[in-house]
Amino acid sequence: MQQHSFDVIVVGGGGAGLRAAIAAASADDSLQVAMLSKVYPMRSHTVAAEGGAAAVTRDDDSYAAHFEDTVAGGDWLAEQGVVDYFVRHAHAELVQMERWGCPWSRRPDGHVQVRRFGGMKTERTWFAADKTGFHMLHTLYQTSLKYPNIQRFDEYFVLDLITDESGIGGVIALQISTGELHVLYANAVIMATGGAGRVFRFNTNGGIVTGDGMAIAYRHGVALRDMEFVQYHPTGLPGSGILITEASRGEGGVLLNKDHYRYLQDYDLGPETPLGEPKNKYMELGPRDKLSQAFWHEQQQGRTGKHGESDVVYLDLRHLGAEFLHERLPFICELAKAYVNVDPVKEPIPIRPAVHYTMGGIMTDSQCETSIGGLYAVGECASVGLHGANRLGSNSLSELLVFGRLAGEKAARRARAFANKQHHNLLQARSKAILATWEDKIAGLMDTSTRDPKSRSWAELKQALVTTMETGCGIYRQESALQETLETIRALKADYQDVRIEDQSGVYNTDLLHCIELEFSLDVAEAICLAALERRESRGAHQRLEPELTQRNDREFLKHSLVSWENERAVLRWQDVDTSLSAPGERAYGDQRKTRQADNGGAA
Amino acid sequence: MNVQTRAIEVTRYSPERDKEPYLQRYDVPFDESTSILDALNYIKEHIDATLSYRWSCRMAICGSCGVMVNGIPKLGCKDFLRLYDHTPETPIRIEPLAHFSVERDLIVNMDEFLTHLEAVKPYIIGDNVDTASLPAEASLQSPAQLSRYQQFANCINCGLCYAACPQFGLNPEFVGPGAIALAHRYNLDSRDHGKTERMPLLNSKNGVWSCTFVGFCSDVCPKGVDPAAAVNQGKVDSAKSMLIQLFKGSQLQGEHQ
Ligand SMILES: Cc1cc2nc3c(=O)[nH]c(=O)nc-3n(C[C@H](O)[C@H](O)[C@H](O)COP(=O)(O)OP(=O)(O)OC[C@H]3O[C@@H](n4cnc5c(N)ncnc54)[C@H](O)[C@@H]3O)c2cc1C
Ligand code: SF4
Ligand code: FES
Repeated sequence: MQQHSFDVIVVGGGGAGLRAAIAAASADDSLQVAMLSKVYPMRSHTVAAEGGAAAVTRDDDSYAAHFEDTVAGGDWLAEQGVVDYFVRHAHAELVQMERWGCPWSRRPDGHVQVRRFGGMKTERTWFAADKTGFHMLHTLYQTSLKYPNIQRFDEYFVLDLITDESGIGGVIALQISTGELHVLYANAVIMATGGAGRVFRFNTNGGIVTGDGMAIAYRHGVALRDMEFVQYHPTGLPGSGILITEASRGEGGVLLNKDHYRYLQDYDLGPETPLGEPKNKYMELGPRDKLSQAFWHEQQQGRTGKHGESDVVYLDLRHLGAEFLHERLPFICELAKAYVNVDPVKEPIPIRPAVHYTMGGIMTDSQCETSIGGLYAVGECASVGLHGANRLGSNSLSELLVFGRLAGEKAARRARAFANKQHHNLLQARSKAILATWEDKIAGLMDTSTRDPKSRSWAELKQALVTTMETGCGIYRQESALQETLETIRALKADYQDVRIEDQSGVYNTDLLHCIELEFSLDVAEAICLAALERRESRGAHQRLEPELTQRNDREFLKHSLVSWENERAVLRWQDVDTSLSAPGERAYGDQRKTRQADNGGAA
Repeated sequence: MNVQTRAIEVTRYSPERDKEPYLQRYDVPFDESTSILDALNYIKEHIDATLSYRWSCRMAICGSCGVMVNGIPKLGCKDFLRLYDHTPETPIRIEPLAHFSVERDLIVNMDEFLTHLEAVKPYIIGDNVDTASLPAEASLQSPAQLSRYQQFANCINCGLCYAACPQFGLNPEFVGPGAIALAHRYNLDSRDHGKTERMPLLNSKNGVWSCTFVGFCSDVCPKGVDPAAAVNQGKVDSAKSMLIQLFKGSQLQGEHQ
């Protein structure tokens, strides 16, 4: 076992983790910052983001407009003070990225170009072709190299936290290349471990997106907030789930059912917009939850086509022409060709909804701090309260920056305030105890002599988990299926106790890592399912099928769900929402908006 | 249902167990869309949980999954079984990336590439924005200025070009195609002023002049970066910068006389 001491520890090397590490390191160059990640930073799933990052940019745009879009898009479950802070700081962060070399796409006059995005009133999404996340991640990683006080621990898998009565004390990590356990002490720790999309079968996420950080914080008593809100992206490729960016609709792509009909007009998103004239908040530029739900209805009515085993609808880009597609959506052309053998210039792309984003996460206050002093969370693993019941596309890349910086600065301040605190005996004793638990646990997993012949492998349990989540916790939900899924998850947790792994080695034991990830995923899945069961209303990405629950119910449920781990079980509570700046209104898109506004005496 | 299968053989090596790497054969189900990575994942989850390899995004953007397929460097997630013609006697062979040290099975030591990448100072230099406060305004960059370096900014750090480069095979100190492409990306960026800081490494014996212009690096690059072009343009830059050095040097000497 090796021990290390740092001022600040960042867990995760995605967009959020890198931004936080840079902020902490540049706040004070005498602070020593450690950044741990289970993959090399540029492999983090931020790399897959295609579409762009939102910030108020044009003269005809305003903070108020971005605020309204975000709050309404989140069906009034966003923390409004947090949204307000976010919209005011996003632009400066994107400018900072520009100065660090991010290759943003440009207008002919050299200014950064902005594009349309679903649910946004006006063009405010910065983009770098259709590889925005890739370019942001590489820019941040490369920029981080300038800071000698950031020390990277690449391919270190964080297992646990060390805490004492004054708050956080450090983390325990497994060095993947050797199998050795390390204890890293620090008085400020930032979790930036990303989402949990891989708990569902069909998703747009990378294999590493297993909810580790959420489960680790949760097991230490930090609540997971708003976990029932899981965003489906309407356009994933059948089979793999690989994402076809929303920007392809922003640029004018249209959705067709098997009869070549633009079916979205039947779901309160019309009237049909002319080909080549996409209109913000209409038709294909409606919000993601509505579009995914429309797919479900088309599927129920037998109006979807087939691609292999999958029911699909079609994204038609042909009218945009080869030249435009190759310039603006080159990656989409490459992906469609490689993974479904379709050239978008010539044929519509078969697509279907896929789980994409976890709106909920580790609960923090508006300053990114959790209920454990000195433990911060940021990015997709966190719930700072920005997205409410549904995230608007292109808000989360900006979130990584705005709150990554905030978390980094807060952590730096905390580290300085606690600089003289010694890692006293209690903390050392705690870390010893936690370390011993993990050593036993790993030895237990490897001990095949005690294997129950009926026990299943982690791979089988994982398959069962992702299948039950898709069946019971999908685009539409109802009591009986949720109940069944919750029971299945609990049975899988019990079965997990008997799991053994084959691989007995220390070096790159991915059998062991996947097995531990599954345990994290099971915790996260249980929280998602429990919150989905208890939220007996429909709001944003959470839609219930029972006739009496298909509407939003502010009287009972204008509240965040909080799931905590107490006395070895998941417990649900409710928390009030900050609606101090904008009273809950109706979420409407397409011409429905105008009608509703007229009904309300024209107020927007 | 009649499932077709394909035979593949995969390098196995555990430093804790094996003296030498060896090949192990597996039969995996196959359809038109099965990628090399899908095949490995099938083995891991259904046949042999002890096989180790890297992957994450499965969409050719994270750069984790480079392997040799029948001797050619490929991204496992962007290469497909259907592209290989084979019989039970000639399985598809999957090996770790050439020219890197093997850590285990298909996993190589990526630090051997990333050290070079980090050495070329791949970040904007001389823009003076390193203050704790945020800059107020974005700089201007025309689409033409952007397109000068854009292609070289598309590198996903997969290391395939290193596995293709005979010079890197002979001399691991060679900065190599990917890192040189990245240095070139920043040298060409209208916002950067760091070229003079990057040139000494590129001018050195392990820099651009190590390249004998085989060009295989560009053939195998999955992202169309064309690192060979960067190396070649780097040679022109290097020749210029060395001439300038020489000129400055002789001037200096002249002044001292
Ligand atoms: C395909 C796709 C496209 C998207 N497009 C957009 C878009 O256009 N615009 C937008 O705003 N948003 C988009 N999003 C959402 C956005 O990209 C993500 O929410 C965001 O990138 C998450 O960043 P992150 O830093 O929080 O996490 P990640 O980038 O996922 O990074 C997580 C990090 O944590 C590390 N980690 C995790 N567990 C452990 C552990 N146990 N030990 C050590 N390290 C660990 C990982 O190694 C990794 O470094 C998209 C998402 C997807 C999936
Ligand atoms: S230049 Fe191409 S082959 Fe080389 S590391 Fe970059 S993306 Fe990979
Ligand atoms: S898995 Fe990411 S590039 Fe292949």
